[in-house]
Amino acid sequence: MKIKKNIAISDSGFIFNPSTGESFTVNPIGVEIITLLKEDKVKEDIKKQILDKYQTEDIVFEKDYYDFVGMLNHYHLAETNEEEES
Amino acid sequence: MKKKKVNIAVTGLNATDNPGPGVPVIRALHDSEFFDVRIIGLSYESLEPGIYMHDLVDKTYQIPYPSAGKESLLQRLEYINGIEKIDVLIPNFDAELYSFMKLENELKYMGIHTFLPTFDQFEERHKINLSEFGKKYKIKVPFAKAINSIHEIYSLTPEFTYPVVVKGKYYDAYIAYNPEQVLTHFNKIASKWGTPIIIQQFIYGSEYNVIALGDGKGNTIGAVPMRKQFITDKGKAWAGIAIDEKELLKMTTRLIKNTKWRGGMELELMKTQENEYYLLEINPRIPAWVYLAVGAGQNLPEALVKLALGIEVEPYTTFNVGKMFIRYSYDLIVDLSEFEQISTYGEL
Repeated sequence: MKIKKNIAISDSGFIFNPSTGESFTVNPIGVEIITLLKEDKVKEDIKKQILDKYQTEDIVFEKDYYDFVGMLNHYHLAETNEEEES
Repeated sequence: MKKKKVNIAVTGLNATDNPGPGVPVIRALHDSEFFDVRIIGLSYESLEPGIYMHDLVDKTYQIPYPSAGKESLLQRLEYINGIEKIDVLIPNFDAELYSFMKLENELKYMGIHTFLPTFDQFEERHKINLSEFGKKYKIKVPFAKAINSIHEIYSLTPEFTYPVVVKGKYYDAYIAYNPEQVLTHFNKIASKWGTPIIIQQFIYGSEYNVIALGDGKGNTIGAVPMRKQFITDKGKAWAGIAIDEKELLKMTTRLIKNTKWRGGMELELMKTQENEYYLLEINPRIPAWVYLAVGAGQNLPEALVKLALGIEVEPYTTFNVGKMFIRYSYDLIVDLSEFEQISTYGEL
């Protein structure tokens, strides 16, 4: 998935969608994941980085990642609703 | 640069919980780098807060209600103009616009410039004619119908499904979930604004507005879309944010081009979950949240005054996305003598 190009995200975790005026806040992990998505990283790359950096399990990452991506889609922050990665 | 001195008369000084645009328009004019303004407030009631804001309004005169007829309004304006030498007059209420439009030539003769929509523009976008307007300009509008009698309420279905919005021809809009609620709102609105009452299909979604200024030749002088962030129980925006929504800007410039809109306007829209915009209303004047546009970089009241005076205006092409407004209430302390002055002499 890709984050819409015009979405602004600050280091503090404040996300602003200039098309709708909506704003959101995410935690530091959320910032990391969105930043990676904005860099066009695919899920496997993101998973590797997160698992290398934090003590968590593969299955936990998978669940939380899909929840998070679902939220991004729900709030129209992603380019597409399709999860193109395996 | 030496600023041009102008005397500007402004109505809509009711900075209340249902605010008129007068006070923010005046703030915008004071911000102007082109004009040095003297503000003449025109009020209808003695408790309009703008009357007592002496740092913004230099002098206020009460004027007769539109129901008193255009002759008494003209007489009063002749008296005021004899003292104040008004250069530009900016009416800010829907209900008074018609009178000022009718007096446009007389005002011009007195040296008072206005920049108002034409009668055709004013009528065409009227709530009662919105369905036709939508069809003509290919803009989605909610299904609506004007009714004149309470007997029509019980036959609204199956044309409508509840909830519906019950609207007055100038002001007021209430959501009704059944015929009984329609009846209550019908009576309330009809007693204030008369009939017809407009029944509009309720559209679920987020509220968006656009402020714009047309030069009367089809050009958009400025436009800023806004999303309401906090809405009062009267449906008024108490906070809002300037957004970068190309579709809304496109719709606005197309509308102004096709209608050759003259003056300020506000588009009220609803965006559905399917990302479709429905035009709910067009207000033929500057809205009360105009100061957001000024804060975002487009001083539209200043541009309107320039247009009224025949000064060339360069259209605004950008604004600061993400600029917000947050309204607040403020207690003015007023001496009884001031209230007495405006109440008894109609001037302050």
